[in-house]
Amino acid sequence: MRRKHVSYSRFGYIFTFPFVIAFLIFSLYPILYTAVIGFTDMKGLIPKPIHILDNPFQNFKDLLFDNPSFRKSLINTGLLWITNFVPQMLLALLLTAWFTNKRLNIKGQGLFKILLYMPNIITASTIAVLFGSLFAYPMGPINSLFQMLGWTDAPIFFLQDKTTARGIVSFIQFWMWYGNTMIVLIAGVMGINPALFESASIDGANGFQTFFRITLPSLRTIMLFTLITSMVGGLTMFDIPQLFLAGGPDDSTLTTSMFIYGQAFKGSYMYNRAAAASMIMFLISAVLAGLMFYLMRDRDALKLKKIQKQKHKAAKAAAREV
Amino acid sequence: MEKMPKSESVNRKINKTIIYVVCISLAVLSILPFWIMFVNATRSTPEIQSGLSLLPSSHMMSNLRVLLDKSFDPLQGFMNSFIIASSATLCTVYFSSLAAYGLVAYDWKLRGPFFTFIMCVMLIPAQASAIGFYQFMYKLGWTNNFLPLILPAIAAPAVVFFMRQYLLATLSIEIVEASRVDGSSEFFTFNRIVFPLMIPAVATQAIFAFVGNWNNLFMPLILLTQKEKYTMPIMVSLLRGDIYKTEFGSIYMGLALTALPLFVVYFLLSKYIIAGVALGGVKE
Repeated sequence: MRRKHVSYSRFGYIFTFPFVIAFLIFSLYPILYTAVIGFTDMKGLIPKPIHILDNPFQNFKDLLFDNPSFRKSLINTGLLWITNFVPQMLLALLLTAWFTNKRLNIKGQGLFKILLYMPNIITASTIAVLFGSLFAYPMGPINSLFQMLGWTDAPIFFLQDKTTARGIVSFIQFWMWYGNTMIVLIAGVMGINPALFESASIDGANGFQTFFRITLPSLRTIMLFTLITSMVGGLTMFDIPQLFLAGGPDDSTLTTSMFIYGQAFKGSYMYNRAAAASMIMFLISAVLAGLMFYLMRDRDALKLKKIQKQKHKAAKAAAREV
Repeated sequence: MEKMPKSESVNRKINKTIIYVVCISLAVLSILPFWIMFVNATRSTPEIQSGLSLLPSSHMMSNLRVLLDKSFDPLQGFMNSFIIASSATLCTVYFSSLAAYGLVAYDWKLRGPFFTFIMCVMLIPAQASAIGFYQFMYKLGWTNNFLPLILPAIAAPAVVFFMRQYLLATLSIEIVEASRVDGSSEFFTFNRIVFPLMIPAVATQAIFAFVGNWNNLFMPLILLTQKEKYTMPIMVSLLRGDIYKTEFGSIYMGLALTALPLFVVYFLLSKYIIAGVALGGVKE
């Protein structure tokens, strides 16, 4: 065999080059460009040379202090995300606990998983329009259903009321995503060392104890992943509220993405304002992601590392491996 | 298994009944909206307005005719969506595999930082850069062009991440060294030996990339203004427009037409899709 004299390390750079180039052109440059536009007076259909404002932070100030619509969009985004994420996570956890419990041995699991995941695969715009038609007033399928069941006498104008409109948008998000979260969590549970569960059952732990003492703590990484992807998804929520009610009634389902889209592309061409709003959204997602990484960090593991660091060198190396 | 006292077994039966009731209700909740959609696609507008029905009627063809009369062109939308989604998927899986292989197989100075960088890029929402992206594409004259919807797919950080995890677990570097001894170039080794090894991972990621691109609304809505270039989700969004306001039957028909192929693909591939979600979720 030939001795390894040739260095192949340059291929590391070559093979990741397409990724880097595409990132620089299609992500990094547009983000920087967006940031710059946020400091300018760029508006209108015909592009003008870039002109930085005398007071560069004017757009940001206007948005945060003088634009009730933008503030509302931020609040709505947060509200819609929390009201769909919390029940989504709880239901997904419950189903995970059921489906992974060997003693319960639920039959038809495969079919349940397939059906519960199904709403996630269909185009969000189809689902938005579909639900818009289902909740139609005065005669729509849901209204018919409610009257058939005797829940109401008069048809309900679901889409005119702020609370029900928000509730429905958040329900659709919940309905589309809990199946996905469930499957991810189930996979996480399957990845936990079975010996942990065995020893717990030998020690006489009941279902609740096993779930809260073993399953949940072992799922930390997966939960962090779900939390962060869901948060980025929630911050950029667009298709459902846009096509369901176009932000109405009275901006109660207007999200930040819709605000950005509305400012820049729906006839007003306020690129500077939209860009500043994008940057605020970007900052919020960065701060929240950082915060979650910090809060969900493995405290026990960190402590353990400290202790082991003082111990033997080999033990230290092993602890790093984990 | 040890024997249980009788009360515990009764308890378990009640528990199991509750669990099945909940699961079955959730399954019905998943199916029902789509069921109503397909049923209403076959009913006339007066029928739909007169109340809910779970049985199909006989107005499928007339709904279809009304729909197609109003310049709804599902075939064109399909073609456009298909071209965009399949090209973007090819870019994503090939270049992500390449980058992942570069990360796993070679020892280079920036390997660690590059991986951290990929993790961070994963967190950037696409909407945050939309204004700059649009302006940039406008200057290039690339609006109403499919390229800005396809080329960015080359940089898909989440897929690189996934492929890297897969390669770490499956690739033995001896194969690469053996092919080097045989005089194969690095690119040839990747294309002919490593990439085929990655097919299972490529398949799951391809499904997700395809569905993701097919369902994307935000970017196409911004970039495409010509009717002939519209993708399927944009066409669906038009169903809410005024010309369909009173034609409920044809709205449902349009929705059913756009959802049907996804249903077919989903039920054919559901096993792999579920497995793929599971694999993709376990990111450690």
